[in-house]
This record gives sequence, C-alpha cells and structure tokens, in this order.
Amino acid sequence: MAGLPGSLVPSPFRVQRVRRETYDTFTIELEPANGADGFPFAAGQFNMLYVFGVGEVPISISGDPTKRQTLVHTVRAVGTVTQALRRLKRGDVVGVRGPFGTHWPVEEAVGSDVVVVAGGIGLAPLRPALYYLLSNREKYGRIALVYGARTLQDLLYKSELEKWRSHLDLEVEVSVDTAAASWRGNVGVVTTLIPRVQVDPFHTVALVCGPEVMMRFTVRELESRGIEPEDIFISMERNMKCAIGFCGHCQFGSTFICKDGPVFCYAEIQPFFAKREI
Amino acid sequence: MTMETLERMLTEHPFFKGLNKRCLQLLVGCASNVRFNAGEVIFREGEEAGLFFLIRHGKVVVETFAPNRGPIVIQTLRDGDLLGWSWLIEPFRWRFEARAVELTRAIALDGTCLRGKCEEDHELGYELMKRVAHVIEDRLQATRLQLLDVYDSVRS
Repeated sequence: MAGLPGSLVPSPFRVQRVRRETYDTFTIELEPANGADGFPFAAGQFNMLYVFGVGEVPISISGDPTKRQTLVHTVRAVGTVTQALRRLKRGDVVGVRGPFGTHWPVEEAVGSDVVVVAGGIGLAPLRPALYYLLSNREKYGRIALVYGARTLQDLLYKSELEKWRSHLDLEVEVSVDTAAASWRGNVGVVTTLIPRVQVDPFHTVALVCGPEVMMRFTVRELESRGIEPEDIFISMERNMKCAIGFCGHCQFGSTFICKDGPVFCYAEIQPFFAKREI
Repeated sequence: MTMETLERMLTEHPFFKGLNKRCLQLLVGCASNVRFNAGEVIFREGEEAGLFFLIRHGKVVVETFAPNRGPIVIQTLRDGDLLGWSWLIEPFRWRFEARAVELTRAIALDGTCLRGKCEEDHELGYELMKRVAHVIEDRLQATRLQLLDVYDSVRS
C-alpha cells in the first residue's frame, strides 16, 4: 500500500497503461510495484505523483474507488513533470504519495438528487464520484451530469459518456463552446444547461469541478436555481507541494487546499471564494 | 387550431410566464402554430426577419458559415427558448441561420404584426421588451463566458 496520508515517502507504482484522451490529456493506470494489496481512496482525493529525477505533481484520482488494485489518474500535460508522465511506458516506475485531501460527500448525499457539473478536465476528479453514485444508484434521487468543454476534441472519456447517456436513470448533458454542424449535442457554455437539469433544488447536492472562473459562474446558476450554498461542493486547486499542510504553498484564505480541501463546501469558503489574489 | 388553443400555448410558454390575459389576447392574433422537421432550415442569414419563434418541443441550432470551416454551430436552443430577435431591431434581417436538428414544434409570432400592436399599446410593448431584453441579457452573458474560454485552465 502507498504511504499513509501525511507521508512524505513515495511508494513505487508501475505503469500499466497510458491512454490518450485528448491532444494534451492522457490517462495513466498504475499498480503497486511492491506487491501491496490495493490503494484505498475516496472520490475527490488526490495523489502526489513523482517522476524520478524530474519532480512531483498533485493529480486527482480519476478511477473507480471500488477497483483498488488499479490507480487511475487523468493528466493534462502542461509542465515539465506532466510531460514526463506522458512519456512513460508500460513497466516504468513512478512514486506515489497519498491519498490526500477531502472527498466528495457522496455518502452524505444519500436520499438527495445529485447534480454533477464539470468543466474541461474537471470531469476527472468527479469521475470517481460518478462511479460511486452509479454503483449505489438506488440510494439517490435524480442524478444529472452536466459537462462542458471547449470543443468536441476536448471532451474526456468519450466512450464512457456515451455509455452513461444510455443509462435511463442518469441525465447527461454535454455542451461545447463551438462545434461543426454534424455535432448533435448542445452548443453553449456549461452554465446555460443548469436551468434545464431535472432536479429538486430543495433536495439537491451539487458537485462542481472545473477552472475557477467556470465554477464561480456555475455556483451563481446553482444558487439561482435555489440550491443552498451548504449543498454545493467544489474542488479547488492551488500550487500544492507537500500535500500535508506543511509548506503553505496552497494556502487559500484561512485554509490549505491540500489538507482542508481540495473538496470544500461552498458555504465555508464563500467569503473568500471570489476574492482576487487569494 | 382555435384561438383558445393558441392562447393556452402562449400562456404555457416560459417566455410569456406571468403576462396578463389582455396582453395575451392581443398577441394571439399575431401567433401561429408551426413545426419543422429535422434538418429543415427555419431562416437564413440575410433574409428578412418577419417572424420569431417560441420553441415548445425540439432542438434548433443557430449557425453561421465560415470559409474553410463550413457551417459552425454557435448555439443550441431547446424547449422553452426564444428563437430570433432580429424582427425587433432594424434593419429586420437575420444575422445567422437557424436549423431544426430534430422534429421541433413552435409558436411563430409575426414581427410586423407585433411591432404594430406594441406601438399602439405601450403596456404590451413594455412587457414584450422586458422579456426580450431578458433573453438578450442571458445570451450576452453566455457569450461573454464563451469569450472567456472558461475551460482553459491548468488542472489535473
């Protein structure tokens, strides 16, 4: 098993598969290299992935929490470490510290409707929550996934989205900012889909993840639908380094994203959520 | 279709939610029930904008054409949405093309007829302008977000 939460020592994991999602995003599957028996985590948590000799980055876990033998991360290759991760091949070894941080309140949401709003690569940290919700479908009311991306080429998990669409008990709304005429889905920014979602706003829990500006406008729409700040949960991101609230790089107002987040109840961070320079 | 049925359709459409009966009765004379099959063009860019549409059921795309890119969808409209405001603003020409992507049922309103009634009855005119302004504001905000490119952020 990987280092316990709080550990600064990475555990070795072997690359099983690297799958391209979009032109700059890929999904990497890892298995313990030391014979450890699985990797328990909760939906919404993240790991620190260490490419030896290059560096370490915080990456949300995007796999199924019930499949503990395989650790899945979806990564956008934008920096030195993430680009090095993309170059890894089956059999290569990386270091993993984690899991860290808070998780989506999927158990607390039992009995409620759930609306999942994702923007861009923000679908990756939400996918474990979707797996959980769908594998415990009978415990929830209506479930809706609202997902927006810039173009069709930027959509993650296309085949899975198609599969989810075929679920009669899951409402899936996908929107892109612009598309060719052959696209049969929605065109428009993701927030325009929120008024259409079939949920009871007084008994709904909202899980939101995406770039901060998208989350800000999404929260406004959710509130205008009548969903209370206490029922809105968002996943924040800052420059996380130690992942245990020690170095202070990811301070966000009076909290540290790495240990008090990344998943926050919106009501708790509302006072400083939209403030600049925080 | 009877005037009563059309009036009920107008009452049920979100665009006219809360509009008083007198104004609704004035509108009915300018309204008709229409349907478009999947793939049917509803209006084309540059044509005279004589009508606008309140979508009851279905899906419509607003699109334009760019050389080397072909048709580009700008927006998708669905149940409860308003399609078109060029009927209200000179020179009354459509700026984009609209096409049904699935069977779409809508209420068509005659813009010339409506403009005439609004000139005569300022209460109706003000009610209609408030509603159209709200739609334009929503679309403007959505366009601003699209310009912001809200998904373009580093996050893994």
